[in-house]
Amino acid sequence: MTLNFGNPNRPNSYIGKTVPRPNAPKLVEGRGRYVDDITLPRMVHVAFVRSPFAHARITGIDTTEAEAARGVLRVFTGADLAAVCTPWVGVLAHLKGLKSPPEHPMAVDRACWVGEPVVAVVATSRAAAEDGAALVDVDYDPLPVVTDMMTALDKDTPVLHPEMGDNLAFRRQHEEGDTDKAFATAHKVVSARFTTARHTGVTLEPRSILVDWNPADGQMTAYHATQAPHMIQTVLAKHLDLPEGRVRVICGDVGGSYGIKVHVYPDEVATAAIAKVMGRPVKFIADRLESFTTDIHARDHQIEAKIAVDETGKILGFDVDDWTAIGAYSVYPRTSAMEGNQVVNLCGGPYDFANYRASTTVVFQNKTPTCQYRAVGHPIAVAITEGLVDMAAAELGIDPVEIRRRNMYADDAYPVTSPAKMRFEGLSHHASMDKLLSLMDYDALRVDQAEARKRGVHRGIGIASFIELTNPSPFMYGIGGARISAQDGCTVRMDPDGSIVALSGVTEQGQGTEAMLSQIVAEGVGVSPSKVRIITGDTQVTPYGGGTWASRGAGIGGEAALRSAMALRDSILDVAAAMLQSDKSKLDIRDGEVVDADTGASRMPLEELGRIVYFRGDTLPKDLPRELVQTRHYITSEYPFAFTNGVQASYLEVDTDTGIVTLLKHWCVEDCGRIINPQLVDEQIRGGIVQGLGGALFEEIHYDAEGQLLNGSMADYLVPMAAEMPDMIIGHVETPTKESTLGAKGAGEAGTAGAPAAVMNAINDALRPLGAQVTHMPFTPERILRALGTIDD
Amino acid sequence: MSDSFRAKVDIALTVNGEPVEARVPAGRHLIDFLRLDLGLTGAHASCEHGVCGACTVRVDGDAVRGCLTLAAQLDGSEVWTVEGLSDTAEIRVLQDAFVARNALQCGFCTPGMLVAAQELLHRRPIPDRAAIREHLSGNYCRCTGYEAIVDAVEDTLRKCADEDMA
Ligand code: FES
Ligand code: FES
Repeated sequence: MTLNFGNPNRPNSYIGKTVPRPNAPKLVEGRGRYVDDITLPRMVHVAFVRSPFAHARITGIDTTEAEAARGVLRVFTGADLAAVCTPWVGVLAHLKGLKSPPEHPMAVDRACWVGEPVVAVVATSRAAAEDGAALVDVDYDPLPVVTDMMTALDKDTPVLHPEMGDNLAFRRQHEEGDTDKAFATAHKVVSARFTTARHTGVTLEPRSILVDWNPADGQMTAYHATQAPHMIQTVLAKHLDLPEGRVRVICGDVGGSYGIKVHVYPDEVATAAIAKVMGRPVKFIADRLESFTTDIHARDHQIEAKIAVDETGKILGFDVDDWTAIGAYSVYPRTSAMEGNQVVNLCGGPYDFANYRASTTVVFQNKTPTCQYRAVGHPIAVAITEGLVDMAAAELGIDPVEIRRRNMYADDAYPVTSPAKMRFEGLSHHASMDKLLSLMDYDALRVDQAEARKRGVHRGIGIASFIELTNPSPFMYGIGGARISAQDGCTVRMDPDGSIVALSGVTEQGQGTEAMLSQIVAEGVGVSPSKVRIITGDTQVTPYGGGTWASRGAGIGGEAALRSAMALRDSILDVAAAMLQSDKSKLDIRDGEVVDADTGASRMPLEELGRIVYFRGDTLPKDLPRELVQTRHYITSEYPFAFTNGVQASYLEVDTDTGIVTLLKHWCVEDCGRIINPQLVDEQIRGGIVQGLGGALFEEIHYDAEGQLLNGSMADYLVPMAAEMPDMIIGHVETPTKESTLGAKGAGEAGTAGAPAAVMNAINDALRPLGAQVTHMPFTPERILRALGTIDD
Repeated sequence: MSDSFRAKVDIALTVNGEPVEARVPAGRHLIDFLRLDLGLTGAHASCEHGVCGACTVRVDGDAVRGCLTLAAQLDGSEVWTVEGLSDTAEIRVLQDAFVARNALQCGFCTPGMLVAAQELLHRRPIPDRAAIREHLSGNYCRCTGYEAIVDAVEDTLRKCADEDMA
């Protein structure tokens, strides 16, 4: 059976429509169940003593006072946990040369960043555990610290992990064409230095885990705010020496993730290890300071980059030298080299050019580890690419839209392999740009900008085209040796009353996964979405899968759901054909009824079929298959990734006296292939844009030269609030991927990928007549005033 | 820990319309009292220092921060949480608008956001979008981008104003 997506009047046409999210009413009534809402009998709480030094030898730990404190049950040191939990190493074989030392759940004799867990105190309440933690006496012998990425490889900089020989974690150099020649012979070369600040995700629900070890059953159950429950199952089993089948990870409601909750965190593994030792449920909920110091950070990059163009604005080449520092360890098992690697993969993405040199240098330092956060590497690559394209356009006196038009791959050029060796199946840069320009009324905006300028008001328009990597195959992690599933599965079953239950390996953290899956299953089987119940986030019942990250939920999980739903429909029709003495091809399922395919006339409700199969199977022919449960798995095979594309625009005003940027409006056109639920996609894009706007204007983790984190609270680390955010206009072009029946590509990260570049270009568009330019994010008032020369000390 | 901090205080209050008597440690915050002692897990703790609004509940008619209010201060008070406001259907229109607009993703900020937004419903004249944004700027949402929330609140304000007129 094929689905005629082009016909909106087809029967059961739920894919492509806005239907309400089944889990939203629960959440608005405060009936969600996040990890911290769960209380188990005999549950205890753990709090961690964390290193106050960025780098120090641990020379002694005195826990006597803590152990005697009221409510404290037990205190664990790093050595205690090392005895029950094997260490891990965050490397991937296909990132050649990537190195990282073994890491334990808690520091054993050396702490390498401020916030690294050193001692765990277990008590009857979180408050008692914290009070106990304050009584632990740790002797530290401070060691020299490495904080600056650009000098991390210098000869006189101390080596953080002496056994590694130097502070280089990973270096990748990529060269395509003859870049030197392209730059030597170019009409113009424009270069710039970009900086993107260290960010963190600031999920409103902090990292949370509650682990219950039942020694009598030999069963570990972890209630965990995670995006990848099966990955966590595998990791806990491996390092705590349990059979995988005896570890169950349940991920119920999760209060925001954005990539922060897709990693293996030492304190969370420590919690599981402690539960195994103590034989009772142990809960760890990070507090806000712990979130800032120990949630992964990201985006800490410094880049020198240049672009070569001919006199018509045709891009001849890019040359990018990216540096990033990843903290003290490469995070297991995804590794922290992935972000720099993505910068190399993605720079120049939308454009057809021949010569490309890019390198990324990834170094260790004594700070919180960085790893994958929403739109990994994309905001950096898009800022470099789009910043340079705009600067070249300004040099040549070409309109920013026009220079992009002259360079973007033609919409009929695909398939294409880019100079970065990325393979594009089908993108729509020109159609997306057309749509964007009409949505924003580009020409009218330019008129408004010119008029404002006459009044001394500095407005700017910024455009940023981008590509986004979605639907990752095993080429992302699996080929590197990580046990992270690129395949996902779905089991769909019909119960006696004709209702449908679908169990999926992808998870829900607010994206609307449950709604999206219910629409797909409803259409695939032929019932209304209200008849479908979706179960996710329980490794004991759902098919093994990857979870929800890298914009794979709809494209991978959705396709598995569609295939299993269509298989179930098929087996329902086998039974119906036998019962109705009809040819199967003459029957269909619509709105929960078996109908005559031609006329739509009702033949039998599904509950009648269910009644017979489950309770009166004796009345069916003996050899009739009656499998009302079907499972299908899906993995992409032709392309390592399904790239999407899009373009964003920002309109803003810069107050040249105060340096304050006011966002006036934002637009995004995204081509994520087949759209399953337009409202959910729009809101994913909007939420993503706002995280990108945060990166452009506010968000920055500060450290001092000693590696002390300076802004570890929500009052000090600024994120976007309702009052500063603009309204956002979202548009779509749909180029379904041919890899799947559904044709869906991901949409979760596009907003974050393009927004910072759009804002940067808009600010620079506003400042250009004043001879000022900014490339150091976030664009704080101070940085803008410095660019204007108002501040120069 | 000092003795004075460990001291327990007796309080009698109503929570979601039901009488509650409790002996609470003097340092117990309202959000912990609600979540840990009463099992009302609708309001959440996120920043625990008054910045994010996830813990917002209603005390004696005002939206307050549960993480900055001590339970011991609440003798004689009337406290409403999202659970109670849902049961009485007082915020039903707003909740429906949030669902219709998908003004929530993970839902962690939502109970606090609803309590804060409900404060606006009695304001006349109807606040414009900028004023709605301003009013909600004490409530973080990391998922949605805020626009759908502003839409949902705006829809509800109009609906309620229409009903007032009718
Ligand atoms: S938890 Fe109370 S304001 Fe953030
Ligand atoms: S919906 Fe997730 S923080 Fe608001």
